[in-house]
Amino acid sequence: MSGLVFYSSGSGNTARFVATLGLPGLRIPIRQDDPMPRPDAPYVMICPTYADGTGAGAVPKQVIRFLNDPARRALIRGVIGAGNRNFGPTFGLAARIIAEKCQVPMLDRFELAGTETDTARIRNGLEQFWGMTCLTP
Amino acid sequence: MKDHVMGAPARAINWNRLQDEKDLEVWNRLTVNFWLPEKVPLSNDVQSWATLRPEERELTIRVFTGLTLLDTIQNTVGAPVLMQDAVTPHEEAVLSNIAFMEAVHARSYSSIFSTLCSTREVDEAFRWSEENQHLQQKARLILNEYEVGTDPLKRKIASVFLESFLFYSGFYLPMHWSSRAKLTNTADLIRLIIRDEAVHGYYIGYKFQRAMEKLDEAKRNEMKDFAFALMFDLYEIEAHYAEELYDGIGLTEEVKAFLHYNANKALQNLGFEALFPPAACEVNPAILSALSTDSENHDFFSGSGSSYVIGKAVATEDEDWDF
Ligand SMILES: Cc1cc2nc3c(=O)[nH]c(=O)nc-3n(C[C@H](O)[C@H](O)[C@H](O)COP(=O)(O)O)c2cc1C
Ligand SMILES: [Fe+2]
Ligand SMILES: [Fe+2]
Repeated sequence: MSGLVFYSSGSGNTARFVATLGLPGLRIPIRQDDPMPRPDAPYVMICPTYADGTGAGAVPKQVIRFLNDPARRALIRGVIGAGNRNFGPTFGLAARIIAEKCQVPMLDRFELAGTETDTARIRNGLEQFWGMTCLTP
Repeated sequence: MKDHVMGAPARAINWNRLQDEKDLEVWNRLTVNFWLPEKVPLSNDVQSWATLRPEERELTIRVFTGLTLLDTIQNTVGAPVLMQDAVTPHEEAVLSNIAFMEAVHARSYSSIFSTLCSTREVDEAFRWSEENQHLQQKARLILNEYEVGTDPLKRKIASVFLESFLFYSGFYLPMHWSSRAKLTNTADLIRLIIRDEAVHGYYIGYKFQRAMEKLDEAKRNEMKDFAFALMFDLYEIEAHYAEELYDGIGLTEEVKAFLHYNANKALQNLGFEALFPPAACEVNPAILSALSTDSENHDFFSGSGSSYVIGKAVATEDEDWDF
């Protein structure tokens, strides 16, 4: 089993989801001045969406900064989208964008802090995913 | 920020000095998302409207007057009251945008009416909304919390429940019609409203969480108990409201699952855990896809097919990307 990296803004939904998941995860800081985590093993990214109605600005700036670094980016293996279905066509858009940018699969999506069903499905999914994914960079 | 202390200078808002970055972020999203009902070609629904049975039409108009009432309350009372509790000047500005959009929402339902319905039908439905016990009860519960002298945090709880829970007994119906390819333009307009309400519920819930951090544990527990108690009371009314509206077309149970699902999301906006268990929240998948049309689904874990297919061109051109 390998790691998680996630971003969660002041509303804290994604952080609450990761806490219920009960798996260790590195948090990308909200503030630009705080140090970026440096994963040393392959990871799955969990990222909320903050798009406007046109889809612009979906991926939080701090997540873009994190992924702009080639060493950090090299270890991403998949992405899970957080969001809210009420945003319609842009539901979970940040995860789709990261998947396309980094050429990794979008593994799943959930709303806000997730439900019990989401947590169980994603915990299971991650376990199987790491079982079948080559862990060498 | 209401600074009516004697002698304190009147303060101009400076958007280049933020106490809370979230204010600007939400302001930017809300202003980009601005819309008016004229943008939606509602008249394309005239033919579809004619295919509805008379009782289905009556139900639809009633549901929309109920929604109009909630938007009216949030426009004229809710958002202005929250403005007085704002802790930053930018929060006040965001709330003034929210207040105005509520007026646009309320106005939109009348655009739907004037496009599709007769004056007599509409007048009858407005009368119904004033006489309907359950609708009046839920409005009363919310308005009580908005009264002067009540707790600012309790007002935020009531407001999030209005934005993220109470609308959904009504939103269900246009999503249902849309899933059957009926009133699809009306559904497009409702989806714009739903998106706005999502930001409103999010933002007020976010400010609630910030305010909770300043309280001691005993006070936080009291707030949480209050929130769950108010949710129980509102749910009770909503369940009756749903029965009265939807028993006739046999959709009550489906609507209730949708209510449970949205009640949980409203609580999450406040930073709380869910109340209703997953089994009570199994929303008809047709309704879920009516909410998020076009957000193509190719998730890997849920086994919904083409796992490694990367989405069709999405907005990947944010200038901050270096690669
Ligand atoms: C201004 C704004 C825009 C948003 N846009 C989207 C969106 O386009 N798609 C989506 O799925 N969720 C959207 N959301 C919802 C958030 O992604 C969702 O609330 C998420 O749980 C936030 O995670 P966090 O609390 O960990 O930051 C938006 C929220 C806000 C406040
Ligand atoms: Fe509204
Ligand atoms: Fe609203």
